[in-house]
Amino acid sequence: MNLVPHLPALQVVIPLMAAPLTVLLRRRSVAFAVALIASWTALAIAVLLWLQVSHSGTITYAIGNWPAPWGIEYRVDRLNSFMLILVSGIAALVLPFSRASIEAEVPASQHYLFYTMFVLCLTGLLGIAVTGDAFNIFVFLEISSLSAYVLIALGRDRRALFAAYQYLLMGSIGATFLVIGIGLLYLMTGTLNLADMGLRIANVQGTRPVLAALAFITVGVSLKLALFPLHQWLPNAYTFAPSAVSAFLAATATKVAVYVLLRFYFTVFGASAVFAKLPMQEMMLLLALAGMFAASTVAIFQTDLKRLFAYSSVAQIGYIILGMSFDSVSGLTASIVHLFNHGVTKGAIYMLLGCVALGMGGTTLGRVQGLGKRMPLTSFGIVIGGLSLIGVPGTAGFISKWYLLLAALEKGQWWLVFMIVLSSLLAAAYVWRFVEAAYFQEPRKDTDEVATTPWLISVPTAILVIAIVYFGLDTSFTIGTASDAATALLGGRR
Amino acid sequence: MTGATTSMTLGGHFTYFITIFLMIAGLFIVISRSNLIKKLVGLGIFQTSVYLLYIAPAKLIGGTAPILSDAFTVYSNPLPHVLILTAIVVGVATLALGLALVVRIREAYESIEEDEILELDARLERDGIEQ
Repeated sequence: MNLVPHLPALQVVIPLMAAPLTVLLRRRSVAFAVALIASWTALAIAVLLWLQVSHSGTITYAIGNWPAPWGIEYRVDRLNSFMLILVSGIAALVLPFSRASIEAEVPASQHYLFYTMFVLCLTGLLGIAVTGDAFNIFVFLEISSLSAYVLIALGRDRRALFAAYQYLLMGSIGATFLVIGIGLLYLMTGTLNLADMGLRIANVQGTRPVLAALAFITVGVSLKLALFPLHQWLPNAYTFAPSAVSAFLAATATKVAVYVLLRFYFTVFGASAVFAKLPMQEMMLLLALAGMFAASTVAIFQTDLKRLFAYSSVAQIGYIILGMSFDSVSGLTASIVHLFNHGVTKGAIYMLLGCVALGMGGTTLGRVQGLGKRMPLTSFGIVIGGLSLIGVPGTAGFISKWYLLLAALEKGQWWLVFMIVLSSLLAAAYVWRFVEAAYFQEPRKDTDEVATTPWLISVPTAILVIAIVYFGLDTSFTIGTASDAATALLGGRR
Repeated sequence: MTGATTSMTLGGHFTYFITIFLMIAGLFIVISRSNLIKKLVGLGIFQTSVYLLYIAPAKLIGGTAPILSDAFTVYSNPLPHVLILTAIVVGVATLALGLALVVRIREAYESIEEDEILELDARLERDGIEQ
C-alpha cells in the first residue's frame, strides 16, 4: 500500500491516534515510547512533505475523497511545510527532554497524562498548519489550546493553576473572535476553503461584514500570538508551566498563531485589501514597536529567568509583526525566517532553563548565581541563546534581524532601522542580567552539589543550541524556504 | 412602502440584535466579574452568541433538511448547523476544563475570587518566598 499520497493526513492522524493509546496503555514508559514514536514519525513526515513540496509544488489532499471546496482540504505549500518542520522538530526534541524533566516537576501518577496532552497539543498545532479549511483551523486551535491549558496547569506551583485559568479565558475569547470572523466570511463568500475564499472575496471586498471579519480575526489571533498589549496571559503561563511545556509552547504555539494571521491576511483577504481599507499597516507597525520596547524594558526588571525570557518572547513577536507590516517580499521573508529562528532560539533557552531548574533548584536570578562555574555548558548555551535574541552575527537571530533591516531600508524607513537597533540594545540589557549573575557573582554555598544532567535532557538541548549557530551560518534552508513562501503569499508581487 | 421595508429590515435583523447583545453581555461579564465561576458563565454566554450568529442566517422558516424529494422545495443550509455542533462540543470541553481548574484553584487558594488570589500571590512575592 502506497502511503505517500496520504502523508498530509497522516501528519495529523498519527499523533492524534497516539493520544488515546497513551491513556489506554497507562504505564509511563510505554506512554513515553508511544509519544516519542508519534513525534518522530511526525517529524519524518514533515521532512518528506517539505521535500515533496520543494520538488513538485503545492500538495492538496481531499479528506474522505470529498473534493474541495465542499470537503475539507489539506493543503501543503512552502509556508505550511516550513511550519510543520518547526513544530514537529521542536516536539521531537522536547519529548525526550521531557521524560527526565517532568520526573522532578510532575507527580509520577500523572506522567502518562502529560504525554497524552503533549501529543494532543502537537496534533492541534500540526493540524492548524496543514489544513486548508477555515473552520478546521478553529477546531485544531481549540485542540491545541485545551491541551496547552492542561499542560500549564501541571506545574507544581499553585500559581500555575491560575495562570492556566487566565490563559483559558483569554485563549477562548481569542478563539471565539476567530470563529466570529470566520462566520462572517462564510456568510459573505459561502465557502470555508481558504483558497476558494481568497478567490470569492473579490466580489464582496470592502463590504462591512468583510471588514468586521478582518477586525475580529486580527484581534482574535493577536490574543493567541500574544501581540502587545494582548500578551497578559503569556508571562505567567510560561513561568509556572513545567520546563518541557514552556519550551514546547514558547517555540511553537505563538508561532503557529502567527502563521494563521499570515494565512488569513495574505491568502484570504489579500495583502492590498488588508492594508488599503483599514489603517492596518500603521496599527501593526505601532503595536510591534510598542511590544519591542515595552516588553523588552519590562524583561530587564524581572528576577525570574523564565519570566524574563517570556517578556522577551513578546518583544520578539513584535519583530515578526513588524516584518508583516512592511507588506513586501523582503519584510515577509524576515517575518517567516524570524518565526523559525526565534522558535529554535526560545525552545533552546527554555530547555536550558529546564536544566538549570533541575541542577540549581530554580530559575530565579538569585539561584543562578555562579552558574558559569556550576554548570558551565548550560550557562554557555544560555549565552548563545541570548546572543541570538540580541541578533549577534553567527547566530540565527542575526539572520532574521538582518533581513528585517534590509526590508526597512527598502522602504526607506531609516528611523525604523534605528528603532530595531535600539530595541536590540534593550535585549542586550536583559541578557546581561543573566550574564552578570552567572559569571560575575560567586556561587551560592548551597549549590555545591549540582546533579549531573541526564543525557536524555542534555542531548536534545545541545542539538537545539547547535541549531541556533547552524541556522546563523547556513541559511539556504531557512531563507530559501521563507523567501519562496513570502513570494507565494504575495502572489509573485515584488 | 418605506415603512414596510424598515420594519422588514428590523424584523430581519432581529436575530443579529440578540446575537450582538449576548456577545457583549458575555464579554462584559468575563471582564467585570471577579468570581471565577461567573467569568466562566460569561464566557459560556459569549460563545453561545456565536452559535446564533452561524445558525440564524442558515435557517429558513419552513425549510427542511436537504432531502431529495418532490415533497420538499425549501431547504435550510445544513453546513452551519454541523459546524456549530462541533463548536458546541468545543464550548462544553472549555467549560468543563475551566470548572476543573476552578476546583483545583479553590483547593490550592481556598478562594475563587480573582482579586483575593492575586492578593495572595502578591503577598507571597513580597515575602520573597521562592517557588
